[in-house]
Amino acid sequence: MEGSSFLHPQFETLSRPEIEALQLERLHGTLLQCMKSPFYRKRFAESGISPQDIRTLDDIVKIPFTTKQDLRDNYPFGLCTVGLDQVVRLHSSSGTTGKPTVILHTQRDLDQWADAVARCLYMAGLRPGDIFQNTSGYGMFTGGLGFQYGAERLGLLTVPAAAGNTKRQIKFITDFGTTAIHAIPSYAGRLYEVMAEMGIDPQKDTRLKTLVIGAEPHSEEQRRRIEQMLGVRAYNSFGMSEMCGPGVAFECQEQNGMHIWEDYYIVEVVDPVTLEPVPEGEVGELVLTTINREAMPLLRYRTRDLTRILPGECPCGRRHKRLDRMKGRSDDMMILKGVNIFPIQIETVLMQFPELGNEYLITLTNEDANDSMTVEVELNEFHDDYPRLQALTGEIRRQLKDEILVTPEVRLVPKGSIPVSEGKAVRVRDLRKTLI
Amino acid sequence: MTVHQISVFVENKSGTLVKVLDLFKEAGIQLIATTISDTADYGIFRIICSEPMKAKSVLDAAGVSSSLADVFAVSLENYPGTAADAISFLSQAGIGISYLYSFMLSGKGILIFRTDAPEKTADVIRAHGMSALDDASLLSLV
Repeated sequence: MEGSSFLHPQFETLSRPEIEALQLERLHGTLLQCMKSPFYRKRFAESGISPQDIRTLDDIVKIPFTTKQDLRDNYPFGLCTVGLDQVVRLHSSSGTTGKPTVILHTQRDLDQWADAVARCLYMAGLRPGDIFQNTSGYGMFTGGLGFQYGAERLGLLTVPAAAGNTKRQIKFITDFGTTAIHAIPSYAGRLYEVMAEMGIDPQKDTRLKTLVIGAEPHSEEQRRRIEQMLGVRAYNSFGMSEMCGPGVAFECQEQNGMHIWEDYYIVEVVDPVTLEPVPEGEVGELVLTTINREAMPLLRYRTRDLTRILPGECPCGRRHKRLDRMKGRSDDMMILKGVNIFPIQIETVLMQFPELGNEYLITLTNEDANDSMTVEVELNEFHDDYPRLQALTGEIRRQLKDEILVTPEVRLVPKGSIPVSEGKAVRVRDLRKTLI
Repeated sequence: MTVHQISVFVENKSGTLVKVLDLFKEAGIQLIATTISDTADYGIFRIICSEPMKAKSVLDAAGVSSSLADVFAVSLENYPGTAADAISFLSQAGIGISYLYSFMLSGKGILIFRTDAPEKTADVIRAHGMSALDDASLLSLV
């Protein structure tokens, strides 16, 4: 790559001790700032701690967690630490599962956010002269404005194409000579399909070279396939509206884990049940503390996203920790016979069998005080061959046991017999009764 | 030598049989014989009917999981011992029977079965001069 690989060398090339010293300093500032919000003042008083009790980074565990429910309960302005006359932007979540939440920004917050996104895009190799087309929805969805401001900050020609209208997206790509796109992985696949229908070869007829993907779970194989189809390098992006939006963590040229910007966040990974830190490198719930935010800092925010910190040092030279791909949501976790199980583990096993369809349902019961799990899964194509059905059932059961360590009942069911709900599918039914 | 049998993969809950039978009724397809095997794991509804090909496409169009298979249909004289003889010929030849069901039609006993060695079964049927039916000859008895 030409020139420096760091947009912000003063932050990106810090050593671990330097990162941690900066974090402690910024954490102190953040704690003082938090005392200006009614919510945190009360929270600290109730738990009998004060900002002075946090002397080292390890002391952060003394601070109570902040949850999505706290944001709902204090909707809309209960966590605000500045006067509303200082607030210049508000993003709100849709609140599909209850009360909405809001995140507030001062002008400084927006500037810092734009800087973080610019740093990510620069790390992915984008430079002034590149043409960046953003296919995120704009408006309340932070992937729109977040990438817009960040790309402009970096000096890219930024096209706010927004979501949908695939043919028009492709016309922009060819007319403007778009070199980089931000899209969710499935939409990148869609762009390729429609290009093929229109007789456009992305490798010959476009200048595309970089794809930014995120917000949707996908495997490494999917990423490589998209890269081949479009003739681009695809970089994973991680963000969440509670942490501004995009720009929280991003892949470098190594494409092996997403560097999380530790000058913005203190990172913890905890067991979702005990809330104790997991050993380094193990999967747990990501907990983030913002240390570079004014209007609405969040302390030890439980993201509900499951991931792990990749062990070892990245050859790119950055010592900011790397997050692995998100493994699912901690809300979805089941505990069966004392074992923590996530639906995604079961889904991954089931999807390896070409005989099975996409729909499945996990039912938990506790007849005779004994936890048990039944996995119903649709059979793609039915053959009246009992020994084969039995062998298939046995093989699924065996592979599930290897993955989740308990042996479930497996029931093959006809196609169409598992109800498909609108929107988010119901995958788990917990029918266990309290036994007291 | 064989007839077409429809196997429907059914859910173990009330109303599923009616749904299947209603499809046959609406399409004007006549049932000749049916049997349900219900293990703990799978319910399989096996049907011999007047128009198996049409039945399969009706089921497919309705999104019902089913498969079409060739099964043996042997017609026996209606007196004691004929079934025992027929089956002993198969077992003497070392042929395993996956499933079997029987019914009476126009004074004949009809044995429907599937084996683990279809070609060998056909040889045994021929060698012993058993009367094996196809779709048309079975329908002619209805």
